[in-house]
Amino acid sequence: MQSQAEVKIGDQEVKHAQQSEFVSFTVAGQAFCLKITQIREIRRWSPVTILPHAPVDVLGVMNLRGAVIPIYDLSARFGLQQTEASERNVVIVVAVDGKPVGLLAESVSEIISINPEEIQDTPQVDSRHTMEYIQGIISHDDTMVRIINLDAVISVPEQGLS
Amino acid sequence: MSGSIQDTFFEECEELLEAMDEGLTAVEGGDHDPEVVNAIFRAVHSIKGGAGAFGLDELVAFAHKFETVFDEVRANRLQLDPKLIQLLLRSSDHLSDLVSVARDGGSTDEEHNAVLIAGLEEYIGEEEEDLTFEPMGLGGPSVPLPIEEESEKTYEIRFHPLKEMFGTGNEPFFLFQALSELGPLKVVLDESELPGFDSMAMDESYLAWNMTLTTKEPKSSVEAVFEFVEGLCELEISSDTDGEDEAAALAALNAAFGSPGDSTEPETPVPFDAPAPAEVAPVVSSEPTEKVEAAKPESNKSEQRGPKPTLRVDLERVDRLINAVGELIINHSMLAQQIANLDVADLRDVETELEGFKNLARDIQEGVMSIRAQPVKPLFQRMARIVREASSATQKSAKLVTEGENTEVDKTVIERLSDPLTHILRNAVDHGVEKPEAREEAGKNRIGTIRLSASHRSGSVCIEIRDDGAGVNRPRVKQIAIEKGLIPENAELTDSEIDNLLFLPGFSTAKEVSNLSGRGVGMDVVKNAVSALGGRINISSTPGKGSTFTIILPLTLAVMDGMVVSVADQTMVVPITSIIETMRGSDEMINSLGADGTLLSIRGNFVPICDVAGALGLRKPDGDQPPGVYLLVETETGQRSALAVDDIHDQRQVVIKSLDGVCGNIPGVAAATILGDGKIAMILDPESIIAASPTSATFDTERRMSNAIAS
Repeated sequence: MQSQAEVKIGDQEVKHAQQSEFVSFTVAGQAFCLKITQIREIRRWSPVTILPHAPVDVLGVMNLRGAVIPIYDLSARFGLQQTEASERNVVIVVAVDGKPVGLLAESVSEIISINPEEIQDTPQVDSRHTMEYIQGIISHDDTMVRIINLDAVISVPEQGLS
Repeated sequence: MSGSIQDTFFEECEELLEAMDEGLTAVEGGDHDPEVVNAIFRAVHSIKGGAGAFGLDELVAFAHKFETVFDEVRANRLQLDPKLIQLLLRSSDHLSDLVSVARDGGSTDEEHNAVLIAGLEEYIGEEEEDLTFEPMGLGGPSVPLPIEEESEKTYEIRFHPLKEMFGTGNEPFFLFQALSELGPLKVVLDESELPGFDSMAMDESYLAWNMTLTTKEPKSSVEAVFEFVEGLCELEISSDTDGEDEAAALAALNAAFGSPGDSTEPETPVPFDAPAPAEVAPVVSSEPTEKVEAAKPESNKSEQRGPKPTLRVDLERVDRLINAVGELIINHSMLAQQIANLDVADLRDVETELEGFKNLARDIQEGVMSIRAQPVKPLFQRMARIVREASSATQKSAKLVTEGENTEVDKTVIERLSDPLTHILRNAVDHGVEKPEAREEAGKNRIGTIRLSASHRSGSVCIEIRDDGAGVNRPRVKQIAIEKGLIPENAELTDSEIDNLLFLPGFSTAKEVSNLSGRGVGMDVVKNAVSALGGRINISSTPGKGSTFTIILPLTLAVMDGMVVSVADQTMVVPITSIIETMRGSDEMINSLGADGTLLSIRGNFVPICDVAGALGLRKPDGDQPPGVYLLVETETGQRSALAVDDIHDQRQVVIKSLDGVCGNIPGVAAATILGDGKIAMILDPESIIAASPTSATFDTERRMSNAIAS
């Protein structure tokens, strides 16, 4: 940590160009993040329309300015407990292949700027889902922030639905 | 530049080929009206003209022969007997092939080409000895025209173009050029009408020409030169020798062309292109497109059979418009709801205005939707060819009868229907219709009839393909399915289940691989194509009588009238077109049948009840609390069901938002819509809800089918 901080100060200009920004948020008490460029907008949770016969991690659909977008419960998708959605929760709208998709998260924390080299590979764990959904991890303020692999999160379970 | 002009030419060709097909179909059906023949002639002629401008020699050569035969027919020198009609039909197919080859590259079937040309020449040849045909449009470059020797005549021609002629891009010079091809020509300008410089109007036509032409050609050839400016100029042609017979011929020619306006054909200058000197060529080649647009409205005034004036618009623009209008309607509902929520005493004025707004929005919307909707006619016309080809390849005789050609369907649907329809029709000819001998034995007409019809039915488009062939050979179908391991050997299937085996992947009944079918691509491809359009396909068959394929397609992108209901605390919309009747039920109306079946008694009739919430998996079907409101619906097979919902709220127009790409196919849900409060509501598909309902026998069938497939 210490050495990294020193590099940051000493090499401010170069750093700035290389840094990527992530938006971190919590899902079922764990910290996750997405690249800021992947996020279209963040909305307060409002009740969605239930899709019949939908899997547990698909909450339903929401009206986003005239477009019908599906809302996924990230927590359920990661195999954690289902989120009891409330007014305090947020929907992170991301675009996958140009199509907007909403992801339910507990709350949004902050924007993290880090060096791409600081991203660590996901350590090998048993859960196959974890490996698929998590692209890498960042150490930030002594906590572990998981970088979500958006394509895997959105596309894999969708096949199960159809 | 030439690329885009060429594109326009090919687009024109599409329309012209369509017009030609339409005409030929009418002729085939016994309509020998000269106007029909004329329409075909003009279409072929226009294709030839355009092709000439682009140097598509093969196309020109063939079109010329084709056109010449029509010219003979037009002049009543040839009788339209069935043999000739068949030849003409085959030729028209070939012509459209040639156009495709010219556009997309590839090669044509030389042999086929030669056979057809020989066939056509036979008809031309017969008449050649004693009669002349007029070389309309001066002919293609590569085709020598047999012209009867005639003594020279001198024509006095006075030509005074109207200002409209210049508006269509015609150029007198090219007319003179064409005339001079006929013989020595003397042109004198008559500028006597030219006013003083001050009073000259810029766009007025003051000039006239007096010409003296000496030629061996008949007067009609001279007339032909001015064919394309007819109605756009004052024209007098007098000959030193001709008498009343020529005048009669002129009258006949005029009659043949209907009225003056319709001879302003799009490709106007093209026939003169070939002989034109090099320096004018570039100008000419750039003209066809301009003329196309300019001449069209002209030709319409008097031309009912011709194509209507059209506007080519990028499809994307239309789609944007449709989306925007959809938003407008949603916006209106939201506004209406907001206003209703306001705490204002007198809302009457606002409500009146809002009603006006709603009507306007509806008008705009219908208008926009109709831009995308197109009649299925061109598609059906193409199908006639498929049947023709399929029957000649299988040595069977079959004819296609089409109905409901003017049914309008979304353009995308039409485009994507072409392949499945082709497949079904080929199958109908190959597998359905029997050999002529077999048909005779069965006491049927030697010629098989395949009926292709389109109609709107309860908010969907219904396409039906009915043949009067042998029907599905059920024992054989079942045996094959068993052989291929598609169903277990001891499977007990009903007739309709056996028929539907045809749609299973990897199923193909053809014993030998014929030219047409049996390439391993089965009806499952058809089914997939129809499903991709959000439609359904069904087959029903009677042994010895024939089979019927029914394709039900949604009217995509449409707005529909829906009934807003609530089901398990969710707001949903049921298409109003599928609802026959709504009613509030009471306990004594409900009758149990078996373990979990319930029937609703309506005026002495019993219909099965289908609990929507249960079918959608939103509530456990406990059966103890029947919801209070029933929607009586009828499925495409005529089966009635009562959909049980909690309550009915409203009846309103909703914009269909496709769930494609949002989530997969949800049984029971057709699409979604956005309600006035901004919430999304599911639009239910009664058909599939009933199918998914445990009380339904259909579900049973499907389950058994899928079990059978799985095992």
